Amino acid sequence: MRESASFRVLRVVGLGFLALFTLAPIYVMVVSSLKPLADVQGEFTWIPTTLTLRPFIDIWSTIPLGQYFLNSTIVSLCATAASVVLAIFAAYAVSRYRFRGRGLFRVTVLSTQMFPGILFLLPLYLIFVQIGQMTGFPLQGSRTGLVLTYLTFSMPFAIWMMVGYLESIPRDLDEASHVDGAGPLKTLFLVVLPSAAPGIAAVSIYAFMTAWGETLFASVMTTTDNRTLAIGLREYSTQINVYWNEVMAASIVVSIPVVLGFLLLQRFLVAGRTAGAVK
Amino acid sequence: MPVSAHPRAKTVPPASPSPTDPEERGRRRRSLSPRYLPYLLVLPAVVFELLVHIIPMIAGVYMSTLQLNQFFLRNWLEAPGVGLANYRVAVDLDGAVGDALVRSFLVTLAFALASVVLSWFFGMLGAVLLQRPFRGRGLVRTLFLIPYALPIYAGVITWKFMLERDTGMVNSLLESLGLTDGNTFWLIGDNAFYSIVVVSVWRLWPFAFLALVAGLQSIPDQIYEAASVDGAGQWKQFRHFTMPMLAPVNLVLFLVLFLWTFNDFNVPYILFSQSVPPSADLLSIHIYNNSFITWNFGLGSAMSVLLLLFLLVVTSVYLVVNRRRGAVDA
Repeated sequence: MRESASFRVLRVVGLGFLALFTLAPIYVMVVSSLKPLADVQGEFTWIPTTLTLRPFIDIWSTIPLGQYFLNSTIVSLCATAASVVLAIFAAYAVSRYRFRGRGLFRVTVLSTQMFPGILFLLPLYLIFVQIGQMTGFPLQGSRTGLVLTYLTFSMPFAIWMMVGYLESIPRDLDEASHVDGAGPLKTLFLVVLPSAAPGIAAVSIYAFMTAWGETLFASVMTTTDNRTLAIGLREYSTQINVYWNEVMAASIVVSIPVVLGFLLLQRFLVAGRTAGAVK
Repeated sequence: MPVSAHPRAKTVPPASPSPTDPEERGRRRRSLSPRYLPYLLVLPAVVFELLVHIIPMIAGVYMSTLQLNQFFLRNWLEAPGVGLANYRVAVDLDGAVGDALVRSFLVTLAFALASVVLSWFFGMLGAVLLQRPFRGRGLVRTLFLIPYALPIYAGVITWKFMLERDTGMVNSLLESLGLTDGNTFWLIGDNAFYSIVVVSVWRLWPFAFLALVAGLQSIPDQIYEAASVDGAGQWKQFRHFTMPMLAPVNLVLFLVLFLWTFNDFNVPYILFSQSVPPSADLLSIHIYNNSFITWNFGLGSAMSVLLLLFLLVVTSVYLVVNRRRGAVDA
């Protein structure tokens, strides 16, 4: 197949445009995080006159970023672990068994995914407040409340992805295990899950990213005790001043875990797909 | 996803009449009876779905019939019922509330359509231009995915900085290109609409790209070879082979992108905080601000239910129309 010259020109122009559009904000983020405060408060400059790493030190003292980082980490890790474990169990049932309500379960799980978050937000907020009053265990304003909420945000799609992965694992493996006398759970843990490792990794990173980036529920479910990064980063803007260089530095710092994770996810996705193709 | 391959016999371990240890086998089967096991396995997921999605949704519908204001927030079950009064206020075009809701709805619709079309177009452009191997293709593909990988607030807050009038990159760029005088307000007034569209497309087009790259990979090379032999040019190949083969991907992609953008809360919330200009007042943040500023949760719930109903209607009509056209079965 020969490429026409006009296609090659289009490719350079098109990809160049997309790359500029995509990466310009990344460039602004990086370059501004290395400027002193005075330089981000004047007219924007593409090339910084002074380079400094101070914003990366100051971000930790201007606001309690460490605390927010810890909150986000705990909440995201717990929500991810719970979501992935529940998704594995549910997906195993859906992929390996036929049972009454299986179709209904799949449809319900998928459709809750598309409902507007604002619809759950108001009732969930009131229910959490009420549970707190009745039991003395405050869900609103606690990390537990956030974990409960976030695990269900990623779980539907996690189940859907896991079913896909489990379907791609040949049933001969299960059968061999059954013949060896292993029960269903033993088969799941010792035979099926090891083969699904790339899928589990992909699902975990997806669940982590979901929790790490959530803003809507965090804006009403967090107080000073359990504030996550999504809301915490706003505190660099005060009435008098916006510390834009610190905002950019903090944005980079909070992005690193998920961007690294996503790059890993990409590799696992590709690995999973090629493995599926070989079989 | 193949759903068919589920022989019923699968639920029972292959009835291998292995004589070894029959008692042990029988015990195991009773303790983890395959009849109940699938229910046990889905139970935790069902419980959390109920707790966070289904029950609040039902409660939300109920709340929309209550006069639920700040006096009843602590014991909302005691709020007096008002029937459909909240709905009447919400859709009363002569009232301030209804008027604002309709305007917000129209803004949201325009925003969602513009974002979906542009995201799809950019995604398609990127996917097609990267279809053939060349040096550096993998790197370009990875770079394109960065906006989608960043936490939402990190990306959007960077745009907020870029869109600032006096210190922002956008005005600086436009001025140096000679397109404007560099004093445009992007975060207040009518321009805010363009700002949310651009930011939303920046964040979402990589997702369209990812889906379309996967879709293109599933088209067998032979089709293109056959088309080349027949003398079809690249544009013809694209129109007559690529697009029809991508129809199922496009169908799902358009729907997902539409639902995401129509429900979008993050972009306006992070760009504008509490002071959202009317031109960027998307429904989610409109309902949010109405509920948490006035604490009128009854009215807020009624608006949320209307939003859900609209999305259900759009989704159903979309799916039915496309099924009739046969795109679903393709």
